[in-house]
Amino acid sequence: MDLSAINPILLLASLMVAATPILLAAIGELVVERSGVLNLGVEGMMITGAVCGFIATITLGSSVLGFAGAALGGALLGLVFGLLTQVLLSNQVATGLALTLFGLGLAALLGQSYIGIKAPVIPKWPVPLLSDIPVIGPILFNHDPVVYLGILIVAAVWFFLTFTRAGLILRAVGENHEAAHALGYHVIRVRLLAIMFGGACAGLGGAYLSLVRVPQWTEGLTAGAGWIALAIVVFASWRPWRLLLGAYLFGGVTVLQLNLQAAGMAIPVAYLSMAPYLATIVVLVMMRAGRAPGSLAQPFHASR
Amino acid sequence: MIRLEKRTAPSRFWTYAAPVLAVVLTMVCGALLFAALGNDPFVTIRTIFLDPLFSEFSWYYRPQLLIKAAPLVLIAIGLSFGFRAGVWNIGAEGQYILGAICGAAVGLAFYPTESAFIFPLMVMAGALGGWAWAMIPGFLRVKFGTNEILVSLMLVYVAQNLLASMALGALRNPDASGFPGSRNLARYPSATSWINESAGLHWGVVFAFIAVIFAYITLSRHIFGFHVRLSGQSPRAARFAGVNPGLLVLICMGISGALAGLAGLFEVAGPSGLISIDFNAGYGFTAIIVAFLGRLHPVGILLAAGLMALTYIGGEIAQSNLRLPAAAIQLLQGMLLFFLLAVDVLTHYRVRFTSRRVA
Amino acid sequence: MTTPLLRLRGLTKAYPGVVANQDVSFDVQPGEIHALLGENGAGKSTLVKTIYGLVKPDAGLMELKGAPFAPAEPRAARAAGVAMVFQHFSLFDAMNVAENIALGMENPPPQREIAARVRQVSDQYGLPLDPTRIVGELSAGERQRVEIVRCLLQDPKLLIMDEPTSVLTPQEVAILFETLRRLRAAGTAILYISHKLEEIRALCDAATVLRLGRVVGTCDPRATSAREMAELMVGSSLHVPHKAARPEGDVILTLQGLSAKAPHRFGTALRDIDLTVRRGEILGIGGVAGNGQDELVAALSGEIRTARDMVQFDGQGIGHLAPNARRHLGLLAAPEERMGHAAAPDMSLTENALLTAAVRQDLTARGFVRWGKARAFAGSVIAAFDVRTPGAGNTARSLSGGNLQKFVIGREIMQAPAMLVVNQPTWGVDASAAAAIRQALLDLADKGAAVICISQDLDELMEISDRFAALNGGRLSAPRPAQGLSVEQIGLMLGGAHDMEVAHVDA
Repeated sequence: MDLSAINPILLLASLMVAATPILLAAIGELVVERSGVLNLGVEGMMITGAVCGFIATITLGSSVLGFAGAALGGALLGLVFGLLTQVLLSNQVATGLALTLFGLGLAALLGQSYIGIKAPVIPKWPVPLLSDIPVIGPILFNHDPVVYLGILIVAAVWFFLTFTRAGLILRAVGENHEAAHALGYHVIRVRLLAIMFGGACAGLGGAYLSLVRVPQWTEGLTAGAGWIALAIVVFASWRPWRLLLGAYLFGGVTVLQLNLQAAGMAIPVAYLSMAPYLATIVVLVMMRAGRAPGSLAQPFHASR
Repeated sequence: MIRLEKRTAPSRFWTYAAPVLAVVLTMVCGALLFAALGNDPFVTIRTIFLDPLFSEFSWYYRPQLLIKAAPLVLIAIGLSFGFRAGVWNIGAEGQYILGAICGAAVGLAFYPTESAFIFPLMVMAGALGGWAWAMIPGFLRVKFGTNEILVSLMLVYVAQNLLASMALGALRNPDASGFPGSRNLARYPSATSWINESAGLHWGVVFAFIAVIFAYITLSRHIFGFHVRLSGQSPRAARFAGVNPGLLVLICMGISGALAGLAGLFEVAGPSGLISIDFNAGYGFTAIIVAFLGRLHPVGILLAAGLMALTYIGGEIAQSNLRLPAAAIQLLQGMLLFFLLAVDVLTHYRVRFTSRRVA
Repeated sequence: MTTPLLRLRGLTKAYPGVVANQDVSFDVQPGEIHALLGENGAGKSTLVKTIYGLVKPDAGLMELKGAPFAPAEPRAARAAGVAMVFQHFSLFDAMNVAENIALGMENPPPQREIAARVRQVSDQYGLPLDPTRIVGELSAGERQRVEIVRCLLQDPKLLIMDEPTSVLTPQEVAILFETLRRLRAAGTAILYISHKLEEIRALCDAATVLRLGRVVGTCDPRATSAREMAELMVGSSLHVPHKAARPEGDVILTLQGLSAKAPHRFGTALRDIDLTVRRGEILGIGGVAGNGQDELVAALSGEIRTARDMVQFDGQGIGHLAPNARRHLGLLAAPEERMGHAAAPDMSLTENALLTAAVRQDLTARGFVRWGKARAFAGSVIAAFDVRTPGAGNTARSLSGGNLQKFVIGREIMQAPAMLVVNQPTWGVDASAAAAIRQALLDLADKGAAVICISQDLDELMEISDRFAALNGGRLSAPRPAQGLSVEQIGLMLGGAHDMEVAHVDA
């Protein structure tokens, strides 16, 4: 084994890239859960976003439109979940699972004629001046725009939840939907919007996989990333900045594992590939989750 | 304006009618989907839902139905206990894989000895393997309050990697000159789960029927079944009634894990025959649909598994005869679950149409 | 004559199977405290929700200050100057006081300014409150202050208060009344909902009585006796339970330094409780909600396990035993929350009978349920306690609150307990059912069983108890004979014998 083949700066830089899809999906789910809804269909929305983004990029010839298409696809699938759980009052756990199964099928169907095509390369956007700083520059400031976008969304969500009136209402709805309803807030409307935002973010995360990480369309390319995103939301105790930490931790395990594979470590590939999943379990056990939003996964029906 | 009013008791009529309506709606939407894909919708629907039973080749397809339905029934019955109690084991696929690996390992360890004890030992190993794999999320939930949905799911990916390493390593057929995959257990008389291969009958089918009867009696007649239902509906009332919630989680996880492990063992020692990288066909996930489609009721699960097996077989026929993409069938199954969840609202709520709005 | 502040004319609202309000008309004058009086289920809640814009009436009109008033949602009602203090469900436990207040306002100023105004309003009306504290950690009285301050910051013309004193100690009630009088002096009208007659007589200027959704009378509460108002409210003269003198039995339950951690974040820890209870006596335990009532019941029922000798029953340490082992010994309990704790809402009454009676009524054989026997037992409870339901096959949810409570209490009493622990046995129950339940508890004690009755309704406790004790912050006061206790003494016991403010910091 040749550990010297692993370049720590490249490792840390690729960590940020590896964390981005999970980060995007998780920040969306965080908002959904803060509104009191548990959407287990992240994986399904992610893979739908992956395929929608890929198709949009290839047919429209623009990565920007591709990501927009991915967000739209994810949001639409999220809307299906929202209508079922919020309007038709179906069980959130079961519906989330159904969403994943449905999304996997839908994506496989939509993507069949796109297998084997390569996505256009998205150029990096080095941040002027900052990217020239040694060590830190290449790690933090020499990435494609979506990496920055992910961090930007985390910051925006944090600001939204902490400082805005709408964020306060969203938290209120998630904390105690009966009380929010009694005060005259539209529980279902708030939740539908949150769910669509969550879908859009999951879609972006999926598209990042199919357009940047892989970068082509293959069936099942999310490989559980959506589930890991769900785990990271719990790990983060529903707080945006801790989410960033969780995603980077996970990205680190993934990248390290890939690097060790490449360096020819004596452990079989299959065992190294387990690492991210095992790490997720360990993190779930070790981190005592904070307090979940009070109305999480409770059905809301305005009676009397 | 449409309003929903909660019923004081679930509607008896819709309890039975909702799944039927869901199937009908799925057929209608499926037909539209197939038409959009350029297939004749009527021919496709007929191919998927009727041909396996009534076409000229149905003598070949009917046994296939048993083979496909048996693991679905076994896994879904196990899951139904947990789902009723609010224990969400979503990782049956992983427990299924572990059951297969453990059971096959025992069988392969005895190769080529012939003995009547080998197969029962394999059955036990399979059940134990699935049970142990399910105990991990169960134990973590009880001990640390860890979310069992996420842990059991993560363990599916771990199990798949384990399966890959077994198929390429420890369990690889030493006589296969480097090809991945184990020896064929179905061709090893002491280890095969086949009873009558041409009739589609293997021990998994027998166990599936036993599981249905066992579950039916437990849920309707035994106090344990009552406690399972109570825990799912009102956890506080269950604790008041004397249920130990942690123990219940472990038992429910254990039952579902052991049954999924059994399903994996019977599959690997029969229809599949050998441990290979992708011998698992997603039964663990489809069984979740089956459990819900059957309303977590043993008899319902039996019917739902039959329906799901039908779409699998019919889907294969449609793939080869009509060039329908495999993904379309997966989509159809997802749609079925969606519609079921959607029409379920009719069971618990009354739909009212109100026109007047007093300003 | 001045224009009334609020005028209601012919308000009608029907739900399937129930007419909640029928042709309700009355006026509220500016600067008056107007009582809305009625039993549970008389339609008070529906009526005030209509005024607050949460419910749309089927027919009828409202006017506010002479102008038509039809709020489509609470926002509109608040904008028009109507504010409401809810009985339940309107605070957000995980958020701080200022955030909770901001949520109840239309165009809230920044948090810092809210904090300043909270302090100002608190001083003005005598309602001490720290805007940065997390609401889940406040006492019931403080939580109510949050609601009141939230309303006052809106500068309302009409303040609706739904059963505001049900969670307060007598001393806290006095503070509240003082605040309401100051508000009245400042010109705010108050619509005060209650079923406590003495309170209304002490506070209100006018009263409207509702029964079964209709207005059955209006009166001047200062000039009407409590008895007359009670008869208007109930529609017939009340049955007062009969309490006989009972001989003192031997000790059946001893609690020795009973302590237990709070079962969840907003629960209360039990601290060093000592108590003995004798056969044939009723011990009443009072206390403001959230001072350890649920936890004490759980420690007795077996839902919370403790060290073996902390709970001794019939001379035997049982602190470590599970609920069913305790039931086997004859210690039964009926928790406060009927739906989801004492009973499973979506299960039939037969199944709910099985829920606690499996052991003592021998409803299982080698683990298999004897459904026939369970059905028969449920049927006998229904018959003996006059539970109004078509049959034992109906779900618990289909029963009214009073009927379900009769079923829950009856289910325990029919098992012939040696000791019964009940928490809030008549909460949300109509007067006739409440009287029947109290009589059943008295009858049980007459037969020689010990009864612990935990309740926030002090009148109820004084009516049936032989001895009285109070829970405060998880501690139990020493029991005293109920006869001859004055309201002041009870108030001090409830307050934990500290003065008010200190008690709140503790809680």
